[in-house]
Amino acid sequence: MKPAPFVHHAPRSVDEAVAVLGEVGHDGKVLAGGQSLVPILNMRLASPGHLVDINQVAGLDTVVVDDATVRVGALVRHTGLERHEGAYAALPLLRQALAHVAHPVIRNRGTTVGSIAHADAAGEMPTILAMCDGVVEAVGPAGPREIPWADFFLGPLETSLAEDELATGVRFPRFARGTGTAFLERARRHGDYALAGVGAAVTVTGGVVSGVRLGFVSVTDVPSVLDLTDAYAGQEPSAVDWASSADAVADAVSPEDDIHATAAYRRMLAVELARLALTEAAGRAA
Amino acid sequence: MSEPVAEELLDVTITVNGVPHHARVPARRLLSDFLRHDLGLTGTHVGCEHGVCGACTVLVDDEPMRSCLMFAVTAQAHRITTVEGLGTIDAMRPVQRAFTECHGLQCGFCTPGFVTTITAYLEENPDPTAEEAREAISGNLCRCTGYQNIVKSVLRAAELRRKEANDQ
Repeated sequence: MKPAPFVHHAPRSVDEAVAVLGEVGHDGKVLAGGQSLVPILNMRLASPGHLVDINQVAGLDTVVVDDATVRVGALVRHTGLERHEGAYAALPLLRQALAHVAHPVIRNRGTTVGSIAHADAAGEMPTILAMCDGVVEAVGPAGPREIPWADFFLGPLETSLAEDELATGVRFPRFARGTGTAFLERARRHGDYALAGVGAAVTVTGGVVSGVRLGFVSVTDVPSVLDLTDAYAGQEPSAVDWASSADAVADAVSPEDDIHATAAYRRMLAVELARLALTEAAGRAA
Repeated sequence: MSEPVAEELLDVTITVNGVPHHARVPARRLLSDFLRHDLGLTGTHVGCEHGVCGACTVLVDDEPMRSCLMFAVTAQAHRITTVEGLGTIDAMRPVQRAFTECHGLQCGFCTPGFVTTITAYLEENPDPTAEEAREAISGNLCRCTGYQNIVKSVLRAAELRRKEANDQ
């Protein structure tokens, strides 16, 4: 339960970090909060020869809220984003989901961008990025580039980030005015990986539904968005029976059996959580 | 898998309980092992070493974090407080007094992690309900399963803190 030896790099700038990543190539891993990486190292599921510790890199620890987006730097801890009042006012879904990320003690150290770059199918924040139609900002030897979420997540624990690129931040676009959101999940024990989690965003314009989006945790390989706008557009939100989303949700998820739950149970849970989350989100929409 | 690399040794200085400590350690030295092996501060306990059990929780700039999920070299930038820094047998702080009064420990293995976690939690929420207390300790495991008395200890510690504040 101890990591294998590695060389520790502590760059002070993004350019320096990218240069080191370029030198060490496939044998390097970025260390930010380490709340997923260090367990993997301790259990020797991975043994990279080089760790590029970005905790001393200046300028990565800010949350910036503007009219269009919430931008989160690579060193913002989950707790920092969760407590950020401006981010909550702009995009309540962030705090709604962050409350389900492990335990507070883990959130004190773990970073939101790190969790997205880790791309675990059981991670909440990759799904939130997808629901918001978000973008990952990366810097490589050729300079900065932006990667839309749909091009970023390739598979479980797999992203399109090149080995010499550093994810420096993510942007969560704000939902349209009149959007209500909710995030629900169920786990065996408080703070455990979710058996299933569902985020919902319902937009109401002029008294009728104009947008419906769902995102899933632990029941799809990569974050995916189910857009049900066409099914509900034009209806009065209070008149909608959200249980009618069941077939679409059941088709959209692809859960697997494991020791915690069967695939059938997870699918049933996703359907039920979607109904509850849509109801809650619609209640908050105006 | 990479080829084994020569073990790099680093000069690390960390302020623990207000005192700067220096040691020469490999980069892979976990903060938990640095505290226990290099400094002899064995109050911090090591249970699961993957962040689940909470026994190794210490305060990093007053925020509770898992010392088994941090490297000593990274911790240099911060002030670390361990259970040894939260009171002594002769001068126990409210959380420790509450644990003794409420029988909040049995074997005691998990206790240092509870004491650090609860100390930080009460700074944030000085008057928790029983339900909030339960939520606050949900990231710490007690395999003697003495949770009822630990919840009581949280509430009692909150009371003792308030009393202490009033007495001053």
